[in-house]
Amino acid sequence: MEVLLQQIINGLVLGSMYALIALGYTMVYGIINLINFAHGEVLMVGALTSWTIIIWMQESMSGTPGWLILLIALLIACVVCAALNFAIEKVAYRPLRNSPKLAPLITAIGMSILLQTLAMMIWKPNYKSYPTLLPSAPIELGGAVITVTQVCILAVTAISLALLMFIVNHTRLGRAMRATAENPRVAALMGVKPDTVISATFIIGAVLAAIAGVMYASNYGTAQHTMGFLPGLKAFTAAVFGGIGNLQGAVIGGILLGLIESIGAGYIGPLTGGFLGSHYVDIFAFMVLIVVLTLRPSGLLGERVADRA
Amino acid sequence: MMKEHRLLSFVIAAVALLLLPLLLQPFGNAWVRIVDMALLYVLLALGLNIVVGYAGLLDLGYVAFFAVGGYMFALLASPHLAEAFPLIAAAFPNGLHLPIWAVIPLAALLAAVFGVLLGAPTLKLRGDYLAIVTLGFGEIIRVFLNNLDRPINLTNGPKGISQIDGISFFGVSLNRSLEVGPITINSVSLYYYLFLALVVVSVIICHRLEQSRIGRAWMAIREDEIAAKAMGINTRNLKLLAFGMGATFGGVSGAMFAAFQGFVSPESFSLMESVMIVAMVVLGGIGHLPGVILGALLLAALPEVLRHVAGPLQAMTGGRLDAAILRQLLIALAMIGIMLMRPRGLWPAPEHGQSLAQRQGGA
Repeated sequence: MEVLLQQIINGLVLGSMYALIALGYTMVYGIINLINFAHGEVLMVGALTSWTIIIWMQESMSGTPGWLILLIALLIACVVCAALNFAIEKVAYRPLRNSPKLAPLITAIGMSILLQTLAMMIWKPNYKSYPTLLPSAPIELGGAVITVTQVCILAVTAISLALLMFIVNHTRLGRAMRATAENPRVAALMGVKPDTVISATFIIGAVLAAIAGVMYASNYGTAQHTMGFLPGLKAFTAAVFGGIGNLQGAVIGGILLGLIESIGAGYIGPLTGGFLGSHYVDIFAFMVLIVVLTLRPSGLLGERVADRA
Repeated sequence: MMKEHRLLSFVIAAVALLLLPLLLQPFGNAWVRIVDMALLYVLLALGLNIVVGYAGLLDLGYVAFFAVGGYMFALLASPHLAEAFPLIAAAFPNGLHLPIWAVIPLAALLAAVFGVLLGAPTLKLRGDYLAIVTLGFGEIIRVFLNNLDRPINLTNGPKGISQIDGISFFGVSLNRSLEVGPITINSVSLYYYLFLALVVVSVIICHRLEQSRIGRAWMAIREDEIAAKAMGINTRNLKLLAFGMGATFGGVSGAMFAAFQGFVSPESFSLMESVMIVAMVVLGGIGHLPGVILGALLLAALPEVLRHVAGPLQAMTGGRLDAAILRQLLIALAMIGIMLMRPRGLWPAPEHGQSLAQRQGGA
């Protein structure tokens, strides 16, 4: 029972990070129908930027409390990522908006490789140990343990989601975003500037990715230039799982995926008599995805859109 | 007049292609090796073009079929299985070394079966849903290859399988150099001729497919699936056929890769490879054979060539730009730059309307 509870806690933490990343994918997809392959790399840049800031602050202002350093690093990472994603959209995706559908996909993949390579040149390819800035003493919780970092991850995720929902559902910008996602041409006729809305979407997505990147690095204690790839891939899976283009779907998909992975990793060994070990954890996501999509071809919450060519 | 010109240029191109490895040989086998690998990528790109270009099904896990073919060849033509299983060792004391005439068709068949297996549950999916499922499929295959070394050692895990037999035709092994009169043809050049022959055959197959009833049906599905269905096209079978055909190409290239390298490991079959093959097809000109070949040659060979001449650049930047980084940087910039300048690819297929108008004008 304690094992199960522990795995549920781990799964929620993992899932909330996936959810934040998945939101970035799903928002971009909802508006311009593009799989933004470079999204995972934005997360990586966020994590590495915050690492640089933290190391610099620890050296030059050694008296500053840990949480303040982390907060400042997080804010700077958000700003850097927002600027980066804004630039990526402007350079690589905007000129191709009316091109064949695969063209922006290829530039997105190119951007992803480019960012990884640049990060490798700037930050060197070694693994960097990410300092623990929050108290590391674990909290007992009915037999399972949870760290302060993990509590913060859950809290920050909840706050970010609430803010995002407020922006999307109750502000002018949010209404413009929903309108553009629904039908860009009609939205433009109604006075919505599609370029502004798309830029805003990329910026919001980048901020969420930066938050997730800092969380990811502080939870696992390392950062490296390839760290964005796997979480990016899984978060995209989560977005599709929940029904791509659907915000609630991305959150539910992300959290479910985190739970499935962590519970699966804990139980697959005994269940299959040791044949499949926990090193298969990275493919649970895809196995579940294939099963779900076979049964529900547009994801858990995806709308059944009429077939369009 | 025009016809003679075409024939002449065709003959010149053929002679140049045949002489290329002999001219490159004196500069070192590494150069011929680059061309060999580029030809393998052409083969892969042609196969993927059937799925993505003709049928319009975005497959981001194509490398899985390459892996299946490669591992099939590796298992059936290396000492590995005999070392791992006493039963097989008893039956084949020298290790399992099946002839290529058995192994290559088996590799192609197995890849085709995997292709249909992947195709079957994904028939209802469209566009990006399909992309992510195929991507996941590629990863699943790779993770299994990486971990199937226990409890039974089937794939030897991350260490991979080595000592794979080369290819030999009627007693002529391609792994030893061949003396033809005064000329010595190195092993890499022999493989060049084999791969070239395969590429030529594949181009003919693809060209014939494109013009056939099946090819036209695929393109109809690509343009509008519902309309295609309404015209009486069996979309289910044709989509499965596209997956199966594409996978067969992947399987054969995988077998060739295993024989050429003499070694396979899961590392060669990462997601990045799938992505690169898609990039080759799209950069060159999706669904257009000359374009696809151009894209494959460009992305496969150019970075390697530049890697060989990158020495001075490396010295200039104080070692920060090493060869691997430079290669990645170039690939990334090429992908972004080419797409921005030519969104339909370097050498795209002529527009539908235009080609029709030209044909009517010419007739």
